[in-house]
Amino acid sequence: MKKKIFAALMASAMVLGMTACGSAPASGDGGSSSGDLIKVGIINNDPNESGYRTANDKDLQATFTKENGYDASFAYSLKNDEQIAAAQKFIQDGVDYLLLSAADTAGWDSVLQDAKDAGIRVILFDRTIDASEDLYEASIVSDMAKEGQTAVDWLSSQGLSEYNIIHIQGVMGSAAQQGRSGALDAAVESNDNWTLVTQQTAEWNAEKAQQIVQSVIDSGTSFNVIYAENDDMAKGAVAALDAAGISHGVGKDVIIMGFDCNKWALQELKDQNWNYDGQCNPFQSSYINDIIKKLEAGETLSEKTIIMDEKGFDATTITDDDVANYGI
Amino acid sequence: MATKAKGKFAFSNIFRQQIFIPLAALVILVVFNLIADPSFFKITLGTNNAGYPILSGSLITILDYGSELAILAIGMTIVTAATGGQDISVGAAIAIAGSVVLRVLCGNGSSDELQAPIIVAFLVSVVVAMLFGAFNGILVAYFKIQPMVATLILYTAGRSIAAWINNNELPIVNDPTFKYFGGLIPGIPIPTPFFIAAICVLIIFLVLRFTTLGLFTQAVGINESSSKLNGLNPTLVKFLSFVILGVCVAVAALIKVSRLSTINYSVIAKDIEMDAILAVALGGNALGGGRFNMAASILGAYVIQFLTTTLYKFQVQSDALPAYKAVVVIILVVLSAPKTREYLNALGKKISGMFRKEEVQA
Repeated sequence: MKKKIFAALMASAMVLGMTACGSAPASGDGGSSSGDLIKVGIINNDPNESGYRTANDKDLQATFTKENGYDASFAYSLKNDEQIAAAQKFIQDGVDYLLLSAADTAGWDSVLQDAKDAGIRVILFDRTIDASEDLYEASIVSDMAKEGQTAVDWLSSQGLSEYNIIHIQGVMGSAAQQGRSGALDAAVESNDNWTLVTQQTAEWNAEKAQQIVQSVIDSGTSFNVIYAENDDMAKGAVAALDAAGISHGVGKDVIIMGFDCNKWALQELKDQNWNYDGQCNPFQSSYINDIIKKLEAGETLSEKTIIMDEKGFDATTITDDDVANYGI
Repeated sequence: MATKAKGKFAFSNIFRQQIFIPLAALVILVVFNLIADPSFFKITLGTNNAGYPILSGSLITILDYGSELAILAIGMTIVTAATGGQDISVGAAIAIAGSVVLRVLCGNGSSDELQAPIIVAFLVSVVVAMLFGAFNGILVAYFKIQPMVATLILYTAGRSIAAWINNNELPIVNDPTFKYFGGLIPGIPIPTPFFIAAICVLIIFLVLRFTTLGLFTQAVGINESSSKLNGLNPTLVKFLSFVILGVCVAVAALIKVSRLSTINYSVIAKDIEMDAILAVALGGNALGGGRFNMAASILGAYVIQFLTTTLYKFQVQSDALPAYKAVVVIILVVLSAPKTREYLNALGKKISGMFRKEEVQA
């Protein structure tokens, strides 16, 4: 009896968990879709993961609508196996296109082969996978190394006499961390007047970033640049500076650099509390839309990997329009 | 408080006291820092960017950041003592309670004006956190599910629920008074979280002193059936322990969201449950339930923060921190194992025996 109740509870918990993760707006209402709608299955990561993902999902939802000629179904998961299961379901449903932001790079070969055999065209967005290039039509990605390089170039253009940098990294091994750290590491290596005061991972976590910066302040080491690999961590770092009475922003003691262009972060730039924010473009849907239109018209794509335009914003030049247009 | 308690014991007795374990850990850390870099203990008075005075230094940082952990350790100690298990959902529950605070304060989306007084937002979050605590409590107390399995449900679903509460938005509170709880009250140079923790500690000590909560909890934890025979209601005691932890969660959540005036559902209070359980273990409390020492748990929480701050200070890679904490866990577990205890007792008798012999010979 006890076991039965337990099993029932676990089952209900699982259902709860499922609805918690997959609150997907089921827009694919089966047979009612008319013939001229393009059927797309979109597999994405959980929109709760970050502000980036939320913006990314909103953008996709806004583009792939009935008005724009699409019949879209969405599936969300942060787990590769669940994503693969969703892909198999979409293949069975007979979608025309499969749009995929894979949770993990490995394990996609067989399911994408199935898709290919079924005549379904696959477009990767945001993340690449380790699979043969024949298995997909195109991949639309951010170049994280370029994002890092743009930021480091901006920093060196500031012409400080010496750079004492607190480097706060994202989750180690993630593409964003590797790209954004790589550029800075190279610059520190090649310039004598660039030093890393500390280099720590805060795992995208504002609280951890706050503690890391706090510990540097407590130790009495001086610094004049905070290079945080996302906005949340920059915010945490700034909270520690504020508490310690260290000025930051345009023309102040410490330069603050962040990434991802959250709206509130760009506002900090506009208020000159921060100095730089690098974009990580979540708006892939227009690119995907173009590709689908081209493929539908029978054109061939000139290149498989499409790298999106990404900007870096400077607090001295940012405008209100930038905040409105590029903030996520 | 810990030092006050220490004064009561005869020195020869100190090794037998439970509080000896966290105290010894603290002494080791203090001595290590004294040798490695005495500037660790320097405290300076400065001003923050709002122009108010603030004390700064590593010790202040420890008191500041250890507060949430100390508050959680209170609830976790009671849950551990009553149920013989731990609640692993406190991090997720903090995300929920924090999300509720922001939801009440901001309404729909961020705005410069507070939609409700902070106290109202806090009280609502207390009620919500108590309800989620009650959910765990019902599973554990009435359905007799192992605490770790029961709380696994909320551990898994909690952060998604937190995101739902604010429609996946990340609201930001712009009102400066909201920053007081995780920062400074103007004019008082000591971080507010420390005072909040102190109030919580005071309350729990008054409760333990003047009510039978402590006695009942320990009775249920030591032997459930005999406590039942003596007229206690073990189900109710276990249930209540989770509700009390819920209150602690809400207080910790208020501090957490106040620190940055916003929330990130997926990372707020990440892995804090492990630190809270470690605080209870470091306090020398049996993780299998029964007797507990609240002061030792709270001291344990600050010792963990002491360790964290020390490691940050010496620039240990922050993703390696859990490995260092694991070393502490290993030492604690090995030390508290019955086999080690037996061996140490035997060793102690041998040594004192040797001394006596020498005395006799002399």
